[in-house]
Amino acid sequence: MARAAVKTKMPKTIAPDVLEDMFYHIVLARALDDRMWILNRQGRAPVVYSSNGHEAAQVASAFALDRGRDWVVPYYRDLALVVAMGMTPREIFLHLLARRDDPNSGGRQMPAHWGLKRLNILTSGSVVTTQMLHAAGLALAAKRREEDTVAVAYFGEGSTSQGEFHEAMNIAAVWKLPVIYFNENNGYAISVPQRKQMAVADVAARAEGYGMPGVVVDGNDPVKVYEVMAAAVARARRGEGPTLVEAKTYRFVPHSSDDDDTAYRSREEVAEHKKSDPVITFETTLRELGLLDDAKVADIRARVKAQVDDATRFAEKAPDPDPETLLKHVYYGD
Amino acid sequence: MPRTRVKNAPDPELMHRMYYYMVLARMLDERTWILNRQGRAPFVISGQGHEAAQVGAALAFDPEVDIVCPYYRDLGVVLVFGMTPGEVVSGHLGRSTDPSSGGRQMPSHWGHRARHIITGSSPVATQILHATGTALASKARGEKAVSAAFFGEGSTNQGDFHEGLNFASVHKLPVIFICENNGYAISVPQRKQMAIANVAARAQGYGMPGVTVDGLDPVAVYEATKAAVDRARAGDGPSLLEFKVVRLTAHSSDDDDKSYRSPEELAAMRREDPVPRFKSRMEELGIWDDAKEQDLRKRVREEVDQATRVAEAASLPDPDTLLLHVYG
Amino acid sequence: MAVMTYLESVRETLRQEMRRDPRIIIYGEDVGVRGGVFRVTEGLQAEFGEERVMDSPLAEAAIVGTAIGAAINGLRPIPEIQFADFIFPAFNQIVEEAARIRYRSNGDFGVPMVVRAPYGGGIHGALYHSQSVEAFFAHVPGLKVVMPATPYDVKGLLASSIEDEDPVIFLEHKGAYRSIRGEVPDERYLIPLGSADVKRQGTDISIISWGMTVNFSLTAAQKLEQEDGVSAEVLDLRTVRPLDVDAILATTKKTGKVLIVYEDNLTGGFGGEVSAIIAEHALFDLDAPIRRLAGPDVPAMPYAPTLEHAFMVTPDKIHDAALNLARF
Repeated sequence: MARAAVKTKMPKTIAPDVLEDMFYHIVLARALDDRMWILNRQGRAPVVYSSNGHEAAQVASAFALDRGRDWVVPYYRDLALVVAMGMTPREIFLHLLARRDDPNSGGRQMPAHWGLKRLNILTSGSVVTTQMLHAAGLALAAKRREEDTVAVAYFGEGSTSQGEFHEAMNIAAVWKLPVIYFNENNGYAISVPQRKQMAVADVAARAEGYGMPGVVVDGNDPVKVYEVMAAAVARARRGEGPTLVEAKTYRFVPHSSDDDDTAYRSREEVAEHKKSDPVITFETTLRELGLLDDAKVADIRARVKAQVDDATRFAEKAPDPDPETLLKHVYYGD
Repeated sequence: MPRTRVKNAPDPELMHRMYYYMVLARMLDERTWILNRQGRAPFVISGQGHEAAQVGAALAFDPEVDIVCPYYRDLGVVLVFGMTPGEVVSGHLGRSTDPSSGGRQMPSHWGHRARHIITGSSPVATQILHATGTALASKARGEKAVSAAFFGEGSTNQGDFHEGLNFASVHKLPVIFICENNGYAISVPQRKQMAIANVAARAQGYGMPGVTVDGLDPVAVYEATKAAVDRARAGDGPSLLEFKVVRLTAHSSDDDDKSYRSPEELAAMRREDPVPRFKSRMEELGIWDDAKEQDLRKRVREEVDQATRVAEAASLPDPDTLLLHVYG
Repeated sequence: MAVMTYLESVRETLRQEMRRDPRIIIYGEDVGVRGGVFRVTEGLQAEFGEERVMDSPLAEAAIVGTAIGAAINGLRPIPEIQFADFIFPAFNQIVEEAARIRYRSNGDFGVPMVVRAPYGGGIHGALYHSQSVEAFFAHVPGLKVVMPATPYDVKGLLASSIEDEDPVIFLEHKGAYRSIRGEVPDERYLIPLGSADVKRQGTDISIISWGMTVNFSLTAAQKLEQEDGVSAEVLDLRTVRPLDVDAILATTKKTGKVLIVYEDNLTGGFGGEVSAIIAEHALFDLDAPIRRLAGPDVPAMPYAPTLEHAFMVTPDKIHDAALNLARF
């Protein structure tokens, strides 16, 4: 998926300030991610799951939504997605450090198990792929209630081997639900490469077997991802049913802070993919379009660093959950 | 196993064999309904309308080495694999002699170790994974056996279907996935089950061949299955076959399909009945006549009568066996 | 006040609730035109339309998983699992998702849905249409597990389950569907979840049960009174989670002898929990050891009548066990 960022033309589909805003969120997500690893290595965050390498796909997909009104059902790699949806750095670090005021779970879940009612980000578990059915259910309710909202389920290509992928795709197609299945295909289910997961080159090839469109898109290209998603969203809002979008991406870091990816992939492979790092290539694109220059980039990086520093300080000082809350929220009204 | 290619020059011997098993399956099936209406068999679930697909497919395997994971409609399959009519009826009557489960399971929950028929359950589609597993073992042990999973189109919406086909294709396993598509999951028509016309369209999502065949034509079914079996035996991996069939009865003796199928639809379906259709075809080919038909019917009726007698004479399971076989 | 069957009470309650609450949708396998394989939802699609009473693909994880999303987004889904034995493909969605969503989101999201499933045996259902599954779900905080014994309780408990903000597993005994009749008031009423009911007053022995075996226990209690002069109290738990601990302890203290009756396998069944509560809180009120009468420790209920009878808890078996205990 390496691409040369040359001869860039201004996209007609996205306004310049939106492109710049996307870039801001991509950089912010990467900076938060990098900080998480530092906190982990310092022994302050017990575990980290990263969106490092997926940022362009996640942020651009979010920008194609009516954020706050549409639903997203993320998986653990979707830091950049929730950043783009509007979760604040403070909220993200409260979650990372399992603080009392973690709005995702009150310190109950492992980090990167996103969920925030205010932003219509549905809570997610650790058993992969369950969320694909939840997204179909959200869409079913939206359709019944005649609301003009769509739901997007995010998942890795590993999830597509689960039965629930199949059941969700099928039921969404039969019921023509306003749902989009957004696959972030980074080629690895932890250590298992795609060729050992499936006998096809593209997850999107499965869409036809359900009677829905399947689209492959370069996940490092935010403009293309945005355009593909915008078309899928429009289709869903028109009542024409679901779409499977496969964003080809790459995870630059291990599966988690407990993983060692040198055991299953070469440094050369990772280095090759880093040439397409969206944080770098998108910056180049925007510079070529004249939307960014050194001063602007410096400003963005400074703003991002300030936010990340603030969030770190804020979360570290925040209180831990009261042990008394252990028994709360088992049932309604607890 | 017949080696003759039937496509261009139908082999009369093979066609006669097909027809024998189709008629046996049909007459045995009809007998189980009579036993049900007489109050002697509490429950019947039927394969009527599926016989051409079941027999045509099963005959393409080698029952001596191959392994089959059938579902509850597969009377024709298990007969070809060597389950006797007496054994079949003993299952319907819940007798101790029932080879499938010693009277433990509902009828038509086939299983017969000596005949390479793997026991199945009622939650659908689980057998797709079992067949994938038996094929994995055959491959690992360097055996030439091919496994088969049979299932209805309703099963193809279960996650187990997806997981089985995906696993089999990743590991290039010698397994054939055979969908008997009769258009109904009990009462739910295909259009409410899936948004596609052919189940076989799903095969490409796993990188395996998918073929849709007229399941009322046992020769076409045999040809397609034979090709898939040859492919699997050669180490080229799994296939998905879809046989379009009709379900001539209600889902089971507890169902009433008039509540969801119109009289016109039922009448039209009856005209598709694969048994008389195949008979006509053989007559047109000049390899069948009334005398042969009468002779066959008489022979099969005797088999079915004998099977009924044998099963009825067998004992019910001893209540003390309730606690057996929980562990090995 | 009408006299109706258990099944009719489920259907009429669904109808009444759907009329008053437009958020309710029902879906599952064959629940539409066919009205469910037991006819529980018969006529509901005709009254409420396909948008609110939908046939689903044959995929239990999909049925429950989508119901979770729909509940979170403002509907009140009542998914039906055709048989409780088929609930396990959805176990992941129920236990790992529905039960944990409120807790894991720190109260942000709740899953107000009612998963209905017919359970229980004695109807020639064999190993996959007979199972009692309550212990699997009663073990899980975050779920509620409701098991009505009578048409009256069906109505009040189902209405409460639908109003509940948390996921409820609503288990209907399929043997009760047509065999148990009773008076059911026309007007709407609620029975709080977690309130047991003394179905019969007694002084010599307490029989604690839930679901269908409550009815068997009442039959046994009558026989104990008439033939043996033993006065048996029958406590119907009605819901196994939440559990009415006070009622369990009250009846224990009243009679001093407790027989716990359930259809599920003995070991690890919910009766063990009831027994532990009594042992912890009322040991010195006991005049005899706590006894459990339950299904044997075999994986599920077999088909042949001899084996099925040997498995089933029956009024006679309850009578004998209770008499034995009363005479301790």
